[in-house]
Amino acid sequence: MDIIYTIWLRNLKRYIRSKSRLLGSLGMPIFLMLVLGYGLNSVVVLPGMEQGYIGFIIPGIISMSVLFTSVFAGIQIIWDKQFGFLKETLVAPVSRLEIMLGQTFGGATTAVIQGLIIFVLSLFMGLKVSSIPGFAIAIVFMILIGISFTAFGIAIASRMDDMHGFQLIINFVIFPIFGLSGALFPIDDLPLWVRSLTLLDPLTYGVEGIRYGLLGTSQIDPLICFMVLSGFTVVMVMIGSHLFRKISI
Amino acid sequence: MFAITVENLTKEFGNFTAVNGLSFNIEQGEVFGLLGPNGAGKTTTMSMLSTMLKPSCGKASVNGYDILNNEDEVRRSIGIVFQDQSLDEELTAYENMDFHGRLYRLDKGIRKKRIIELLELVELADKKENLVKTYSGGMRRRLEIARGLLHEPKVLFLDEPTLGLDPQTRNHLWDYIEKLSREKGITIILTTHYMEEADKLCNRIAIIDKGSIIALGTSDKLKKDVGVDIIKIVSSEKEKLWSAVSSMPGIKNIEIHDDSLTIGLKDAEKHVVKIINMAYSRDIPIGSISIHKPTLEDVFLHFTGRTIREEEASGKEQMRMMRRLRR
Ligand SMILES: Nc1ncnc2c1ncn2[C@@H]1O[C@H](COP(=O)(O)OP(=O)(O)OP(=O)(O)O)[C@@H](O)[C@H]1O
Ligand SMILES: [Mg+2]
Repeated sequence: MDIIYTIWLRNLKRYIRSKSRLLGSLGMPIFLMLVLGYGLNSVVVLPGMEQGYIGFIIPGIISMSVLFTSVFAGIQIIWDKQFGFLKETLVAPVSRLEIMLGQTFGGATTAVIQGLIIFVLSLFMGLKVSSIPGFAIAIVFMILIGISFTAFGIAIASRMDDMHGFQLIINFVIFPIFGLSGALFPIDDLPLWVRSLTLLDPLTYGVEGIRYGLLGTSQIDPLICFMVLSGFTVVMVMIGSHLFRKISI
Repeated sequence: MFAITVENLTKEFGNFTAVNGLSFNIEQGEVFGLLGPNGAGKTTTMSMLSTMLKPSCGKASVNGYDILNNEDEVRRSIGIVFQDQSLDEELTAYENMDFHGRLYRLDKGIRKKRIIELLELVELADKKENLVKTYSGGMRRRLEIARGLLHEPKVLFLDEPTLGLDPQTRNHLWDYIEKLSREKGITIILTTHYMEEADKLCNRIAIIDKGSIIALGTSDKLKKDVGVDIIKIVSSEKEKLWSAVSSMPGIKNIEIHDDSLTIGLKDAEKHVVKIINMAYSRDIPIGSISIHKPTLEDVFLHFTGRTIREEEASGKEQMRMMRRLRR
């Protein structure tokens, strides 16, 4: 436990210190929220959505924020590898699993904080939270997205030697995961083939879970969301720790 | 008990043999040097001994623990300063130390006390709250050494501890290392390609080239093995001196250079008087005379037929600096 805490603490210190990264990673979500939210609010009418399109996408934007922050946090291992710091951790008499879990929880924590910042901002944009337990449910889903995708980032970083492949991962893996997730559009009326892709995307269940928590309605049963996302999280942590164990420097 | 035993240690990368059947033992409290040019296999050897790399064959033990079967105990017994920097630049010096102390499960009280003590030892106590990215190369190296000592290891590994540092900082670090070995009795194994460093710090030196040990012993013994001292005489009548000296017994070789004559022989101190007397009796003027004992450089040359390639080393350092700048 001590070791996991130690590594978690380091991640948090680094996060709090890099103000520019903190602010920078808020840029995109806020931009999308303003442009899509205000821009399309009057055009797009969603049946059954009392809070309009802007209310609809806020959970999506929060998920996006958590997704990107956590993947970045996992991939940070590559920097540690390049800057040599990883050796310091790996040569200590601690298990790789502890290191990996510390990194995962650290990344997930920063991701959830980032998501909460977006949440607070969206309160100013008129979001009305359905209930306190609902808010707690949303946080649970943010934590699951954070853990699973930090582990995902660690898995990728364990197989990469430098940052060259990074752009590739962002463009061909992370953006599609976000785009297909139903963060920005309702999934009920989609053509069948797009809909099945969407249902294969683990983030969909995170978005829907947060949506249920914050707005009180969702297109997928929140219990199913919880089970699918939890399962995905367990699998990702297993894959991540397996690959991290085999990392060599 | 030996602090380190190494038996036929070998590492292959594909079909390239980086370390080829090393065997040696290190006494407790000894400062042991691995001296060799770039690519000799020094870092690879260190990596295997510190359990970061699995040997292809052979075995080794550190502090009595087998490096293959008892990884965790080996890791608990050692402190290591890697060749390349391994600090977190976004943390302060104190936080880097604290992180290390927690990883090695030191209790809070002990941790705090030792961190302060060690930072004082390496004279960084007043800068302990500064971020490491504001530190100079020498300060970083000192911090890494302090960090490596925090959990009171029995054996300290130093991989090129003074690479890329200016001569003054280097001297400073040498003093620390000597002090550590003297006051704490820690066994130290260090790698270097600076002859002077090995000469000054190490009780025994293994000269390693292309993955194999080519000579091992104290610096004095290695130099004795080379066997020849050089007497250099500056004289206006070199040829006359040459013919006079060549007839003396015990001379191994003799060469005429632009302004001087060099004579290779054993126990130069004993012969130098005879040479002066003889030159005097034959009226040969002598401008100056000096005796050169063999250096480790000569030892390396003697055993490999090559000089250790310092210029290549400095090229590599420059590359490293550039890499650091690009970051
Ligand atoms: N992971 C690796 N894969 C393939 N070859 C390697 C690997 N690590 C080291 N080598 C090779 O093994 C040889 C020994 O490398 P090593 O780093 O041990 O040398 P060194 O004595 O520490 O040199 P230097 O003074 O430059 O640090 C080199 O030729 C190097 O290219
Ligand atoms: Mg090396």
